[in-house]
Amino acid sequence: MSTEQNNEPIIKTGVQNVAIGARDRPDETVLEATNLDVYYGDERAIDDVSIEIPETKVTAMIGPSGCGKSTFLRSINRMNDQIDAARIDGDLYFQGKNVYDEDVDPVALRRKIGMVFQKPNPFPKSIHDNVAYGLRVQGKDDDVNLDEAVERALRAAALWDEVKDKLDSSGLDLSGGQQQRLCIARAIAPDPEVLLMDEPASALDPIATSKIEDLIADLAEEYTVVIVTHNMQQAARISDKTAVFLTGGELVEFDDTTTIFENPDDNRVEDYITGKFG
Amino acid sequence: MSTDTDDAPFAESEETPFTDIDLGWEHRKNRIFLGIIFAASMFGVVMLALLLLDVVTDFYRGQTEFGISLIDFFTRDGSRRQELAGFRGAIVASVMLMIFTAILAFFVGVGSAIYLEEYAPDNRVTRLIEANLANLAGVPSIVYGLLALAAFVNGIGLGPILLAGAIALALLVMPIIIVSTQEALRAVPDSMRNGSYATGATKWQTIRGVVLPAAMPGIMTGTILALARAIGETAPLIMVGALFTNRIAWGPFDRFSAMPTQIYNWAAEPEPHFIHLAATGIAVLLAFLFAMNGIAIYLRNKYERDL
Repeated sequence: MSTEQNNEPIIKTGVQNVAIGARDRPDETVLEATNLDVYYGDERAIDDVSIEIPETKVTAMIGPSGCGKSTFLRSINRMNDQIDAARIDGDLYFQGKNVYDEDVDPVALRRKIGMVFQKPNPFPKSIHDNVAYGLRVQGKDDDVNLDEAVERALRAAALWDEVKDKLDSSGLDLSGGQQQRLCIARAIAPDPEVLLMDEPASALDPIATSKIEDLIADLAEEYTVVIVTHNMQQAARISDKTAVFLTGGELVEFDDTTTIFENPDDNRVEDYITGKFG
Repeated sequence: MSTDTDDAPFAESEETPFTDIDLGWEHRKNRIFLGIIFAASMFGVVMLALLLLDVVTDFYRGQTEFGISLIDFFTRDGSRRQELAGFRGAIVASVMLMIFTAILAFFVGVGSAIYLEEYAPDNRVTRLIEANLANLAGVPSIVYGLLALAAFVNGIGLGPILLAGAIALALLVMPIIIVSTQEALRAVPDSMRNGSYATGATKWQTIRGVVLPAAMPGIMTGTILALARAIGETAPLIMVGALFTNRIAWGPFDRFSAMPTQIYNWAAEPEPHFIHLAATGIAVLLAFLFAMNGIAIYLRNKYERDL
């Protein structure tokens, strides 16, 4: 066994090549979990996870199926509240406030933390109304010029040029990749602080995937992005920080993406990203 | 084709790799069974065709042999004198009945379906309500007529007015509307609800803004089909007292005779002229039914691709 083993990057990360202003800023924690457990009935899906997620960076969550990374994501904006059997222990702070405190309204929380799902889920409404939906339900449609806000969100989601002539047609008539970018536009239109993405490209073809990946890099200039992905190359390409979950809902390692992919501390992480496990 | 095939190795012998497998009988069974189930499915079609043929024949004989003028038929109200009898009052009463039935049944029916599907916890009370609804859907229509007679016509003294008939019909179709609305709501994928919640919408905003619009074609289809059932109901209206009347019903508090009760009355008359008036009335009623079903099918096809 050679001692030089760790000098060779296991997977090359794209981070070094991408110039993103956010990377130069000092880390400021926006989300913090301390000793977080999530149970579905008697089954523990998240096991004692503590993590600090920095502002305006892309943080990737990787790990094998069933490792709890999606569950963790859903516990951030309390979407797990929708599941009767889900139960939470421990603390999760958003800008210093425990989101599981009695006085936190999950609806208000979700207005600060947007989410994009694995499967594109546009509403059976026009493209315009899909993007305007968040502004309308949040009562922001009177404060802003709705058409401008819709255009801004669609531009930010790199969809504007493709749909600007058919804003009144149904969002369901778009292709899968366009639908997913529509969902991203819908999530960012009300200008949340954090954007959660649950495997946003896993249902898409490679071209649509690369569009979404480019988009995520751009979004990180303004938003804190937390992305769950099955695809390690994707995590390596787009994220600044990477958290590795392993079976049992355990957070095994959390560090800069370059460190995780080129020189991980934990042998299990190395085994996982080299494909020996998982 | 070409003579090359003569050289094919199995061309002259009967032997193929499959000669030992005899599927003849299996395929015959297949065809026999197909014939039986096709005949079964055609049974309804043939019966409907015979029924239509009968109605059209009677309608035609009424027009020719008995000189029933369609203009008179649509512009005159009921009458004891056969040459003066028409259908206008019954049509007007039926249309009004449908409007009031729809208003009464739609909001209560859709409201309870939203509660049961979106809000109700999965407990004994909910299951009791749902079992109750399933049973109500199977109650004979005349029982609703009895209920309306006892509670509204006599109980609170409404008398045999159109509104009492509408209440009876609304009670009759409400379980159908509730069940079809529940199905339409269940067909809205949870991913859409989650998309709305994740955008910071409350439960009611989600139902109002996403779930109901997505389910509305299904709800409308179910409601129209329920009303199509109501428009042909005779028994509850007879119980309520929708008797042969000689004038048009002017409002919900007027006495009335709807299309099916008018037909029922005419069919019970001894003179053949009235029988053929009844046949003409049946043709009109069927036209209403087909139109309503047509609207329901149109709505379903128009919106079905969206989900």
